[in-house]
Amino acid sequence: MRKGMFYGLLFTAPAILGFAIFTLGPMIASLVLSLTNYNVFQDQTSFVGLDNFVRLFSGKDELFYKSLGITFYFVVLRVPAVILISFGIALLLNLNVKGRAIFRTIIYLPSIVPAVASAMIWMWLLNPDLGLINSLLSRLHLPTSDWLYGESSVIPSVVLTTLWGIGSTVIIFLAGLSGIPRQYYEAIEVDGGGWFRKLSHVTVPMVTPTIFFNTIMTIIGSFQVFNEAYILTQGGPNNRSLFYVFYLWRTGFRDAEMGYASALAWILFIIILFFTFIVFRTSKSWVYYEGGDRA
Amino acid sequence: MRPSKLSLTASYGALILISAMFVIPFVWLIRSSLMNLSQIFTMPPEWIPKPFQWSNFHKALTVLPFDVFFKNTLIIVVTVLVGTVITSSIGAFGFSRIQWKGRDTVFAILMTSMMLPAAVTIIPSFLGWQALGFYDTLYPLIVPAYFGGGIFNIFLLRQFYLTIPRDFDEAAFVDGANYWQIYTRLIFPLSRSAIIVVALFSFLASWNDFMGPLIYLKSDSLFTLALGLQMFQGTYTAQWDLLMAASATVVLPCVIVFLAGQRYFLEGITLTGLKG
Repeated sequence: MRKGMFYGLLFTAPAILGFAIFTLGPMIASLVLSLTNYNVFQDQTSFVGLDNFVRLFSGKDELFYKSLGITFYFVVLRVPAVILISFGIALLLNLNVKGRAIFRTIIYLPSIVPAVASAMIWMWLLNPDLGLINSLLSRLHLPTSDWLYGESSVIPSVVLTTLWGIGSTVIIFLAGLSGIPRQYYEAIEVDGGGWFRKLSHVTVPMVTPTIFFNTIMTIIGSFQVFNEAYILTQGGPNNRSLFYVFYLWRTGFRDAEMGYASALAWILFIIILFFTFIVFRTSKSWVYYEGGDRA
Repeated sequence: MRPSKLSLTASYGALILISAMFVIPFVWLIRSSLMNLSQIFTMPPEWIPKPFQWSNFHKALTVLPFDVFFKNTLIIVVTVLVGTVITSSIGAFGFSRIQWKGRDTVFAILMTSMMLPAAVTIIPSFLGWQALGFYDTLYPLIVPAYFGGGIFNIFLLRQFYLTIPRDFDEAAFVDGANYWQIYTRLIFPLSRSAIIVVALFSFLASWNDFMGPLIYLKSDSLFTLALGLQMFQGTYTAQWDLLMAASATVVLPCVIVFLAGQRYFLEGITLTGLKG
């Protein structure tokens, strides 16, 4: 069509400008900042080369390794939990049960609750002295916990609170499950296979692309957890929930060390890219695409 | 799958149990927001408020200027929604219904911004807004919506536009329409449901945003509900009855919006795999 180039650029101009102004520009600026000692409270800013990165890795900044370790622990705990539980729920929802729509709504609903409000609710539920959960546990004569206030229980507790917002992952799984042709199950029924055979031979292989997608999204999201750290724990107790992005925020916006915080941001970016890449690479051996292997 | 009677019963049981676990936090929120402090702390816990302490809501919403927080949130939500819908639908049109050289490459480059952690851009963005004199104003939270409206939304609308037959535009061209007319009279009206999805996601994202307001706003008079609630928690730590009333007030509007647009929501998530 005539003048396609002109109109094409005209219509996409806001998006292209937005990308340049709010993504590309800041990215380059962030890279440059990470090579400076820019601190809002200090007058002099100079180019320091890789000093920030040396300072990070040299071990002088214990909190860097600590926050990294905590975040990894969180990711390792959360990702399998999210994937397994949401897949399990999606399997149940995929059955021909009455009231499916109601169950689906109930399970999705918490994921739209604002993070601050959800944090308030969970702080109240998990309150060690007055909370519902400890009170139920003690009535059942089960051990109670300090939850968010315990050094060893804080991370699992945060994982628990985020599991409440699992709904959107469930919905994506459900979409994947509903795309499986019935004939595959019928074939197994003819062969006399039962529930487990259907699951292992048809359901799981057929939803591997969805598992793959959800795994990547959950990894990316888990590395970036911030709201929970800020609202629920403020990094405590004793820095035991000093999540990486929370530490980054504190370094940049409380201690005003913007240069150093930019270096922290780039490390996170590289870590996320690395894990996404790994999952992509291994996916070739376990993700099944109907009608050929396009990755 | 045709499950047996036994497994069907077991599945119902499991679903009811799981649903209960998802619902109980809401119930706990509501019941706590309607109790007085002494009943709230009663052990073992009681479920029914006696009496219903409706004054909690009045108290919670007046000790801090929640009306101001609400107004600020509303300004942000509405202006962001308008910007998002307009610019993302225009962008999606340019990336799907117009042929131009390099189009798909440009789109692919824009898509990479979805992979980028917000942490990488947040510091330079903050410094930029500050240098322009817009720190502690609502602009940093609103203006970006007018620049593309988010690549997620462009992607979603583009997918939708691609399903509309090309013949439609061809016919319109023959009748002498230009691109702008095709967009406003044909494609935009045809994609009502996808536009609703974008509007709903936009509403939720700005209603729920915490980090943005936290970084860009300093004055109480500009605070959003999310920040107000956080501030409330800092000030009235032990006042669980009021905290829960304030939380319920922040949750309620987004629950209502969700229930009103639920069909579109679930469709939209399925379409894009977007996280709500």
